[in-house]
Amino acid sequence: MRNLLPVLTVLALILGIWWAAVGPMNMRAALDIAERGGAAVVPEGSVARREVSVWRLMAQNSDHVAAGYDLDRPRLPTPTQVGAELWKTTGAMVLRGRAFSKRSLINHGWITLQSTLWGFLLGTTLGILGAVAIVYSRVADMSLMPWAIISQTVPIVALAPMIIVLSNQLGIEGRGVPKAIISAYLCYFPVLVSMVKGLRSPTSSELDLLKTYNTGPVQSFFKLRLPASVPFLFTALKVGIAAALVGTIVGELPTGAISGLGARILIGDQFGTPLAIWSALFAAAILAGLLVTALDLIQRVTLKRMGFRA
Amino acid sequence: MIWIVGAVAFWLGAWALNVRIANSAVSRALPARIAVPVLFGVALLALWEGLVRGLGVSAVILPAPSQVAVTFAASTDILWVDFVQTVLKGALRGFLIGVVAAFVTAIVIDRSAFLTRGLLPIGNFVAALPIVGIAPILVNWFGFDWQSKAAVVVVMVFFPMLVNTVQGLRETDRLQRDLMHTYAAGYLQTLIKLRLPAAMPFVFNGLKIATTLALIGAIVAEYFGSPTRGMGFRISTGVGSLSIDLVWAEIVVAALAGTGFYGLVAWIEKRVTFWHPSQRG
Repeated sequence: MRNLLPVLTVLALILGIWWAAVGPMNMRAALDIAERGGAAVVPEGSVARREVSVWRLMAQNSDHVAAGYDLDRPRLPTPTQVGAELWKTTGAMVLRGRAFSKRSLINHGWITLQSTLWGFLLGTTLGILGAVAIVYSRVADMSLMPWAIISQTVPIVALAPMIIVLSNQLGIEGRGVPKAIISAYLCYFPVLVSMVKGLRSPTSSELDLLKTYNTGPVQSFFKLRLPASVPFLFTALKVGIAAALVGTIVGELPTGAISGLGARILIGDQFGTPLAIWSALFAAAILAGLLVTALDLIQRVTLKRMGFRA
Repeated sequence: MIWIVGAVAFWLGAWALNVRIANSAVSRALPARIAVPVLFGVALLALWEGLVRGLGVSAVILPAPSQVAVTFAASTDILWVDFVQTVLKGALRGFLIGVVAAFVTAIVIDRSAFLTRGLLPIGNFVAALPIVGIAPILVNWFGFDWQSKAAVVVVMVFFPMLVNTVQGLRETDRLQRDLMHTYAAGYLQTLIKLRLPAAMPFVFNGLKIATTLALIGAIVAEYFGSPTRGMGFRISTGVGSLSIDLVWAEIVVAALAGTGFYGLVAWIEKRVTFWHPSQRG
């Protein structure tokens, strides 16, 4: 709560800069439309205007600046336009009882969310299993760890189209599976690294104590190492779920998918409807925020129950 | 059949050898630490080669590593042109602009504790967002050539770098700052002699995150329009025209570029932050 005022100030600053940028960004388009509508514009003709700087255009045609804030297909929409579009494709559709129609961002967000969660589940499982293998086996530590690091320096987007081609050829219908694989690829790494750290976090005196209790390796894993790694796990999960969402959107972007938030961005680009792109972007941001917040809540409750100091 | 058996046998043999090296007395020596992962990688490649040949997988689905290597060697001119367009022009320029802009912004913001407190949560949040989605918008604004790719990269690397630098600048403790104060050091001197060096581990953390993001941004932006060269362009057209071996060769270039870029930054980090506990021992 202490940070509320500063955060709001910075947000207002960002919105202010955004709003101020809309005028110059949209000036040329606004003048083109005004000229077609028969208004007097200096200088005439969009080719002639290309030679003139935006600032001079704004000074010479000051009464047309406002039109730039209300275009159908703006280069840069205003925050209110994006907000209105978001409401039109989510809240307004719910009110009309069509929350899952094809034009609704809730529908597309749900599709993206499903792939994200599957990828998250797959990536987290792989990350935890890998971490256990690395902590318990020196061979795995030496041979897997360097490749895990290298795997993250390989740009996944280069691989994404191949993953989709491959899974198509293997007879996997739809895009759910390849998208989940891509998001798992991005999401397993933070989990792996944190879990290795977490599983190794018990001190030697704690391990020695368990040895004096005559516990076997399985028991000491479940009684000591696993519980000790939970705080590390949650930190990683929050990074991981955001990474999984990025992965899903990357999987939807370049591959001709037709549903999902990434596909909305792609389609908005192809049909020249910037508002659709912007609203899909913000929907993705909201989704990311919701997912991270949800995990944060689970983390607080779990850690409190386990007796960690919050 | 012989291919499959051979590949699996090779893989098992390599694994057994790795087990022996890892459990031997020399396992902590540098040669062993390099040999084990290399052997692991080679064994995986051999398994891939053997399975593709043994199962007769068509080259339009999954080419064997040897075939990719042949294509790689035969089309180095194309790969070089794409590398220059995507990595040197798009990713590297965007990386430099974005990183410097974020660094300067961090130092300016840092002067106001109020703004820092407001910016950190927002920056952390934005850094976790799927910013790649902004690619089509920026391609629309800046045209098809490398400028739009660099712009996407700038936006993608800015926030992770900003957040890390701001956090790094807060790393010094009261005692250290008081010491500088007793030396009568001004703001600038304290910044250069104490706070920036102390921030370096964080700065390099941001730089390393930014290296991978830079390549992702530059390649994705090419999917939305590019001149007839570039890695993203070649990959998307290659998938369409079924020249999958060339696509894999591009993936190899992307992997090498990504690893090399990251390795370079990590190497510089080692030189700069040699004093940090994580670099010792």
